[in-house]
Amino acid sequence: MAARVLSSGAFSFARIKPKNVWRTFWRYRWLYLIMLPTLVYFAIFKYGPLWNAQIAFKDFKPLLGVLGSPWVGFEHFKTFINSFYFADLIRNTLIFSLAKLMLGLPIAVICALALHETWFLRFRTFVQTMIYLPHFLSWVIMFGVLLVLLSPGNGLINEIIEKLGGEPIAFLTSPGSFRWVVILSDIWKETGWSTILYLAALLAISPDLYEAAAVDGATPIQRMWFISLPGLLPVIVLVTLLRLGHILEAGFNQIFVLYSVPVYSVGDILDTWVYRQGVLNFQFSLATAVGFFKGVIGLVLILVANRVAKRVARQSIY
Amino acid sequence: MLQTRTRDAVIFQIGIAIFLTILLLMILIPFWRVIVTAVIPLDIYTKEGVPFFLSPTKWTSEAFRQLLTHSMFPRAALNSVIITVLGTAISLFFTVPLAYGLSTRSMPGRKVIMTFVLLTYLFSPGLIPVYLLITGMKLTNNYLAIILPPAVSVYNTLVMMGFFEGLPEELKESARLDGANELQVLLHIILPLSKPILLTIGLFYAVFFWNEFFTPILYLNDSNLTPLPVLLRNILISASFNEYVEYNAFSSSSLESLKSAGVIITMLPMFFIYPWIQRYFTKGTLVGGVKE
Repeated sequence: MAARVLSSGAFSFARIKPKNVWRTFWRYRWLYLIMLPTLVYFAIFKYGPLWNAQIAFKDFKPLLGVLGSPWVGFEHFKTFINSFYFADLIRNTLIFSLAKLMLGLPIAVICALALHETWFLRFRTFVQTMIYLPHFLSWVIMFGVLLVLLSPGNGLINEIIEKLGGEPIAFLTSPGSFRWVVILSDIWKETGWSTILYLAALLAISPDLYEAAAVDGATPIQRMWFISLPGLLPVIVLVTLLRLGHILEAGFNQIFVLYSVPVYSVGDILDTWVYRQGVLNFQFSLATAVGFFKGVIGLVLILVANRVAKRVARQSIY
Repeated sequence: MLQTRTRDAVIFQIGIAIFLTILLLMILIPFWRVIVTAVIPLDIYTKEGVPFFLSPTKWTSEAFRQLLTHSMFPRAALNSVIITVLGTAISLFFTVPLAYGLSTRSMPGRKVIMTFVLLTYLFSPGLIPVYLLITGMKLTNNYLAIILPPAVSVYNTLVMMGFFEGLPEELKESARLDGANELQVLLHIILPLSKPILLTIGLFYAVFFWNEFFTPILYLNDSNLTPLPVLLRNILISASFNEYVEYNAFSSSSLESLKSAGVIITMLPMFFIYPWIQRYFTKGTLVGGVKE
């Protein structure tokens, strides 16, 4: 939808005579009036930051203000791209979002297929209720849950490791395991919720297909493989494209809660770096430049993803 | 679905049931562990750590009692309630009129407004420009700093717009013919019909504000304003680094129990409102909005 709207911004009534234009506007005056507070809100809180974003191209000094600070062109972008942390940040960001996508999506599809196939409908509803729940919990609560499972002292998983004769592992603070904790905890939290879309798509598949398959003597596995999975394919493609459009969103809240100095090298992503440089180290312009860089790439990816989605699935993402 | 009980099908069903049971246990076991850790008496904890099963006769509510009688915890809970209620109210106040306006296809300039709204969804310059805006407006140590920047979700607006578009146009027309203006149409005709969507979107905003912890850390320095998730995070971090001295004053519960009790208390409101959310998203209100 986005792309469609962007390409046709012109007024639909441009050919009407000016006098009638005002009459039309006047007719809708109450509608504009009730929308006005929200539009003012957007101007201040959504476009205000866009105005401030110009400091990405300036050497921002709080005393000089956004307007008064001197222009420096693309200097901050050059500093960032030539810096030693550039590759690390991009790599960590991509590892997190790609791993969450590539591991999480098949698991979600399998869970949806299992939920769809089962004969025990009460049980199915109960499982659904439980696996949706973690989606609504904050990452702070998840941190508490993870400590109970992973802490080296009496975390459940470390107790199991010790019973099997192994050494306890400080999962959250050792660089070797931190990425897995991030990826798997995200899958634990979000997989259940993401089955909703696949379940809806499975319900939309015509029952005739399943009946025909049953008449032909198809096994349950064949039914899933030749009917359910092809029925899911458009949704899988759409979800993948949408997620690829947001590939630079690696999960700021999650990593902000879970990471600590020992795992910065494997856990730091663009967003956490922007927070530390901008808010904690007062490198406002550099941090804004990195945020701007991320925003531009995100914009391009979303528009491309939307295009491709229209081509492939004949559906628009937005 | 066709249920032909051949031998293959039954074996397959057993396999599926085992898979779903494992799935369920993977969700339930971590929560069970949190509960056991929260209710374990100190003497058992110091002797043998946290057992997997603990008979409910041995459970103690000591950790909960200590948290709830502590000076900061009830205050933080109240702060969270204030942020959630105020945030949800402000969010709906801004979202509903916009969604209603955009649902009126015949309104001149609708596309311009739509573009104005969607652009902010497509491009975001990141954290720092927002941070400068909020600090520039002197909103630090003010709940509005947490509530206003995320107050309107474009996505929620589009879902609500889709709902309004589905309402019969004749209702609005007849009210207009009776001389009602758009505000009256919205308040007296549309909103009474829109309870499901208002509740759904309202709950989603409420969950968002209840869970919010990063912006409170960013904008609130006054510890009297701290909401529950931020306090919980401080307690959790203190456990891993042993430096949050204030909580060492607790003696009749282990720090582990206090942490888990804190997790449960912070989670509790979610459990109460969850059945309400569940009721509406199973109806497909939201799934329909995902792909327009």
